[in-house]
Amino acid sequence: MPVYFLEIIVVALGLIMLLVDAFAKIEDKRSIAWIGMVGLLVVFGLLFKVQWPESTDGAFWQFYSANDQTSLFYKGIAIVTTLIVLIMAADFRHIVVAQTADPEKGAHPQAGLGEFFALPMFACAGLMLMASANNLVSIFVSLETVTITFYILVTYLRRNVGSLEAGVKYLILGALSTGFLVYGFAWLYGITGSMQLSEITTALADPEVNSIAALFAFALILVALAFKVGGAPFHFWIPDVYQGAPTPITAFLSVGSKAAGFIVFLRLVAPFLASDVLADKVTLVLAIIAGITLIMGNLAAMPQKNFKRLLAYSSVAHAGFLLMALASAPTKSSEGSLSPATVVTFYLGAYLLMTLLAFLVITTVRNSIAGEEIESYKGLAKRSPFLAFMLIISMASLAGIPLTAGFYGKLFVFKIAVDQGNWTLLVIGLIGAAAGFYYYLKVAVPVFFGTPAKDEGEELSTIPVSAPARAAMVILTIAIIAAGVNPNLIIGLFS
Amino acid sequence: MTTLEIIVALPLLAALAIGLGAPARFTALGASVLVLIMSLVTAVRFSPSIEGALQNVSSRPLLQMDGFPSLSLSFGLDGISLVMLLLSAIVMVAAVLVSPKESDLERSPRLYYLSLLLIGGGAIGAFCSTDLFFLYAFHELALIPTFLMIGIFGTGKDRLRTAWTITIYLGVGSLVLLVGLILAVIGLGGSTFNIEKLTTLASDAPMAADLQNWVFFLLLVGFGVLVSLFPFHSWAAPAYVEAPTPVAMLHAGVLKKFGLYGLIRVALPFAPAGAEALLNLVLVLLLGNIIYIGLVTIAQKSLDRMLGYSSVMHMGYIFLGIAAGNELGLSGAVLLMFAHGISIALLFAMSGWLREKYGTLEFDKLGGIGKQVPKLGLLFGFAAFASAGLPGFANFAAEVEVFIGAFAGAQDGLGWIQWATIISLWGVVISAVYMLRAYRAIFMGPIPKKLEAPADVCWGTRLPLLILLVALTAVGFVPELLNQFIRPAITVLLAAAG
Repeated sequence: MPVYFLEIIVVALGLIMLLVDAFAKIEDKRSIAWIGMVGLLVVFGLLFKVQWPESTDGAFWQFYSANDQTSLFYKGIAIVTTLIVLIMAADFRHIVVAQTADPEKGAHPQAGLGEFFALPMFACAGLMLMASANNLVSIFVSLETVTITFYILVTYLRRNVGSLEAGVKYLILGALSTGFLVYGFAWLYGITGSMQLSEITTALADPEVNSIAALFAFALILVALAFKVGGAPFHFWIPDVYQGAPTPITAFLSVGSKAAGFIVFLRLVAPFLASDVLADKVTLVLAIIAGITLIMGNLAAMPQKNFKRLLAYSSVAHAGFLLMALASAPTKSSEGSLSPATVVTFYLGAYLLMTLLAFLVITTVRNSIAGEEIESYKGLAKRSPFLAFMLIISMASLAGIPLTAGFYGKLFVFKIAVDQGNWTLLVIGLIGAAAGFYYYLKVAVPVFFGTPAKDEGEELSTIPVSAPARAAMVILTIAIIAAGVNPNLIIGLFS
Repeated sequence: MTTLEIIVALPLLAALAIGLGAPARFTALGASVLVLIMSLVTAVRFSPSIEGALQNVSSRPLLQMDGFPSLSLSFGLDGISLVMLLLSAIVMVAAVLVSPKESDLERSPRLYYLSLLLIGGGAIGAFCSTDLFFLYAFHELALIPTFLMIGIFGTGKDRLRTAWTITIYLGVGSLVLLVGLILAVIGLGGSTFNIEKLTTLASDAPMAADLQNWVFFLLLVGFGVLVSLFPFHSWAAPAYVEAPTPVAMLHAGVLKKFGLYGLIRVALPFAPAGAEALLNLVLVLLLGNIIYIGLVTIAQKSLDRMLGYSSVMHMGYIFLGIAAGNELGLSGAVLLMFAHGISIALLFAMSGWLREKYGTLEFDKLGGIGKQVPKLGLLFGFAAFASAGLPGFANFAAEVEVFIGAFAGAQDGLGWIQWATIISLWGVVISAVYMLRAYRAIFMGPIPKKLEAPADVCWGTRLPLLILLVALTAVGFVPELLNQFIRPAITVLLAAAG
């Protein structure tokens, strides 16, 4: 089966879900989410069955890269993320309904829920397309498909002020960053005369290239991409948007959007790094951005009291580690060392496992506890040991404690930084990792040391966990620990 | 699976089983007794005659990747790690035995026993790993369980603060250690994490002297924090005071020895020139441990704090043995690691019992209880003598080896290390002073009026104490029991380090 069928199937699934929502009379709209989940599972299985095309001469292949195991891995990330986002969205239905329901009489009691399940499918298709985009046009189209879907999803809880505020912020800043991106693309086209990444690479490698113009294009693109992945100082939207958006969408933004942002980052930075004239300056700028991101993300995470805000800053901090790997791209003299692409891809794989696990716990707990403050998790260990255990595993992995996948991620980043002699970044990264011990473990304090707040003497029962969520949590936990012992389980998937 | 792999996996599997619903105390006890039996069998089958080579070797390759050292999940024992394995297994059984019954625990007994197994299992895994990565990773396994144990089950009001202090302190220490290890691996070619291969590489193609200094310094600080080397000791005493008894036993007795083990196994052979260059720094720091912390120990007014500081102080002797860098000094250091681990676990077990029964450990409020609990008094006397280094206990044999090893070469004139040894000898006097003072204050003299007599130690409590005491005296009378394993391993190590 040709690889681009995957995107087509996902889009078709999304359309089917919309049609079912519009025309079929169903009581519980969760069945729409079920269609998506089953469909995505099938697509995930198909990932291992794709065939590469024999010839890549046609016009289509100028927009869509072939022969690339890494892009398949990123498609896998997109599918798994969307699948788990749908699981969370199905658990989140009460809140969505309560904050969107139309007060009119006669409407379906779950009106407006169907699109909440269908829209992530289109974002997923966009993310998958982005993984294979090898042309400025297809990069831009796929990126915008994703972003526009997110504009809707972030602001989905339309009777919740926080969600609306988040949506407006995301829309304005997102549109601005898109402007930067297109302007950067225009300059890049002007300098190189091509939209094709491979041709851009050749053109930039020419020692005669207009380096000032090229660096200007790079700066514009960097602003836009740093915005997408949450690199400082373009990260200010992240905490507010993460806190305001519906939790499943926060998870989607935090994992899917970041992974997609980084694959575009890898693709777009590669031509600049391959050029002898530009490599040094580009690396320096990346290193500065990485350093600022590490400091801002880690230090700002420490005083946070809202769990989603904490994870927002943590996502900035992780972007810092990823940028640190990008800024440590090997020069020609140090061949045979780790490549930033491997490090970044592994890190994102590990990041997906642990972040989604944390968000699954948050969504599940949110159904029983009305609050996303860390304090409101008081006594969770007593009430639901299962959820507390899942939470501590994901926090341990995010903090980078050995024998979890997160540790290898950081180890690879530190290794590549040492290889390239990026000592300043290394020290900042270590301080950041140490700060991480504190703010991730801080979550454990109310969970394990507090006692659950009782409502009028009423004994609190175990928090119910839906079957798909439970299955997903167990699988993610096993994957975190298994990959924490044997990293080849993840690396083997993309190399 | 080899026996050794089973030994490493057992505590972790038992922890998993407890998490899934197995009866907590029974599973923990069963697993730790099995580990002890299997370790003893391994020790009996261990042949010291094979000159220091690794035994019970197993290796499962995990990762071969360009630009990253090859990684494998591999285990193996030489004499040094065998002794550490025995220490861990013995202390773990004792620690599980002195843990309160499930019904006596106010909250989550599962978490209690699970954490205990993870702490012990992490230490065992670290000592048995022959791959640098897993040596490090297994040790870190204990970090979060220790945090939870002190924070939830700790004894003092300040336990949350203490839990944070120890976790951040040790976490930062491990990060420094991690950088040191990465630097060492890259400096030695960056091709493998296998400790044996790295040791060979370090003698065939040593790192540049400058790099060696850095590596040794980072490893000294990183491991030093874990061992509570002066001036990185401030986490230790409060943590042992606040920690529940079994955690104090495991941490002071076993986990702390990981840092020393790492210095002997990794830092010395990887960066011998760095060790030589920084010798004087090490000497100053260890004197800080022995004399300064020794005096601090004398000034303590309650038993638990005193024991906490004494365990910091005794690390100085082990550092002295390592600093001596000769066969006698190093094997004395390893023997002392064992002896100190057992004796401090014994003392913490008894102080935990006293705190539970009398509700206080302050010298002012206790007195004359030797008449109330004579059996405990006798056992405590033995343990105190052992800790102060009286003949007949393992500590004495080990300290003698350390001192003679460190004083070697005095015929050519007194160097820095010989002077350091002479000063360190005063530490023996210091530890006699505080141990005997503590014994007098608690067990001798008039009984304060308010003090009610509890029942003396029952067999259930006596059993773990006796296990530890037997180990202590057996090695004390026949140090060769362990020295036969330690010496060939040290010889190989020194030969490799040139």
